[in-house]
Amino acid sequence: MAGMAAAIRLALFDRKVLLLERHNVPGGLNSYYAQAGRRFDVGLHAVTNYAPPRARGAPLNKIFRQLRIGREEFALSEQKGSRIVFPGFDLSFANDLESFRAEIESVFPQCIDGFDRLLAIMDDFDSLSSHPPDLSARQVLRETLAEPALEDALMCPLCYYGSARENDMEFAQFVIMFNALFREGFGRPLEGVRRVIRVLRNKYRSLGGERRLKTGVKRIVARDGKATSLELDDGQVIEATHVVSTIGWVETQRLCSDREQDAGKEEIGRLSFVETITVTDLQPADLGWEDTIVFFNTEESFVYERPEDLVDLRSGVICFPNNYLYPDGENLDEGFFRVTALADFNGWASLDESIYKEEKAKWFERLHKVSMQVLPETDEARLNRHVIATDMFTPRTIQHFTGKLGGAVYGAPDKRRDGATHLSNLHLCGTDQGFLGIVGAMLSGISIVNQRILSPS
Amino acid sequence: MDNEKIKQIVLDIIAEIAPDEDLSDVKPDQRLRDQLDLDSMDFLDIVMELRKQHGIEVPEDDYMKLESLDSCAEYLLPKFPQQAV
Repeated sequence: MAGMAAAIRLALFDRKVLLLERHNVPGGLNSYYAQAGRRFDVGLHAVTNYAPPRARGAPLNKIFRQLRIGREEFALSEQKGSRIVFPGFDLSFANDLESFRAEIESVFPQCIDGFDRLLAIMDDFDSLSSHPPDLSARQVLRETLAEPALEDALMCPLCYYGSARENDMEFAQFVIMFNALFREGFGRPLEGVRRVIRVLRNKYRSLGGERRLKTGVKRIVARDGKATSLELDDGQVIEATHVVSTIGWVETQRLCSDREQDAGKEEIGRLSFVETITVTDLQPADLGWEDTIVFFNTEESFVYERPEDLVDLRSGVICFPNNYLYPDGENLDEGFFRVTALADFNGWASLDESIYKEEKAKWFERLHKVSMQVLPETDEARLNRHVIATDMFTPRTIQHFTGKLGGAVYGAPDKRRDGATHLSNLHLCGTDQGFLGIVGAMLSGISIVNQRILSPS
Repeated sequence: MDNEKIKQIVLDIIAEIAPDEDLSDVKPDQRLRDQLDLDSMDFLDIVMELRKQHGIEVPEDDYMKLESLDSCAEYLLPKFPQQAV
């Protein structure tokens, strides 16, 4: 997604661009696949950063403008409403900070002044700076809220939607994510991620950009501190004045001829996920499930780290792509619900193929069971009669299809905000630059190209 | 070419890159950034369109000379060919 945005931006400025994608489907971490004639989105639970037209400075509106795409083309519909579900309390939110604030005031009245102080601190913080101060979000929350349960409840959704760091995040990242989820919120095109990908593809094509799928880069040839050419998987050599990489920082280094093939081992992200997908011939609302997204934690404290077991069942995210305010009462033909939880890449990667399948089936059931405890009660026998398909992906699946080492969808814990690498004309954008989510990815591609190629001062 | 025509050219470009902005009441003597939701990314596009549409190059050091419609006109006028466009 970051790469497509970067390519459009360059093509708009009349640069000659070649967009290379190793997979047979574009989109990278936000993509889709087909199974038995049914298409499944990966990555996209929601387009975060939903902003109405004319919202000043909103990242979403910046993207429409910078890519010269009409906002109607993404056809985003707003969420119905989401919840953070913790032992003993839950917090509802929709695309409206005021109602979330009121919710916090009613559940944690003693924290509301602290919460307002937190909002004020965030207002004054330049989260998009290319060199933000390294400040712990946990520390700021502890000092303002002084309530571990609320601190955990705010961290849970933000971690799940974009922290590459275990149990904490940089405060700059926290501010970006808080705005993306709570100030702005969730939207989704009825068609899902395919809609966004198609709009980007058509835009790029209309500008005369060239694209090759199923074409990976084998090596970035480096000489005298510059990337001089790319060697493709098929042996072809491409010369370029600039190279923009969205595959991740460690992954990019390992392609460079001046770096070792196992460079950056200690920088690989440790956080990966499993996701179960259940398809029904009923709408989720018919089962009593009206939430758009549910972030849950079932323990006293919220733990966000690589689990010792294959999957950490203590917390997760449940999403219902059906539960958006689609126009004219339209909806997806089938009901979908997806449950995401932390998983251990090494554990999944080391399983033999036959055991891998067994473990998948076993953890699917366990995670499903947890989600039944978290969601409003439903008639499970009835649900089971209406399930028409299931699938599950693991950290192993993620690494296989996206090339993200360790299946770390949020990349390396330390971000490279300025997009710089050790080679002067090799630029990094996407996940490891640090803006996350679909909107973040596109903004990353746009801003790195703007700063480093279109106006290098 | 005169100052008024140049202001219109700049407004037309802004309308193109920022179709969601209301340009009906832009004060020529005030900074564009103060009146409209424009940031440095948008100024890159204004400069690009000046080059694409009118063959005018604005070096990065001069971007600040585009801050208001009046300053745009003053700075760009000598750059336009003198015969009417």
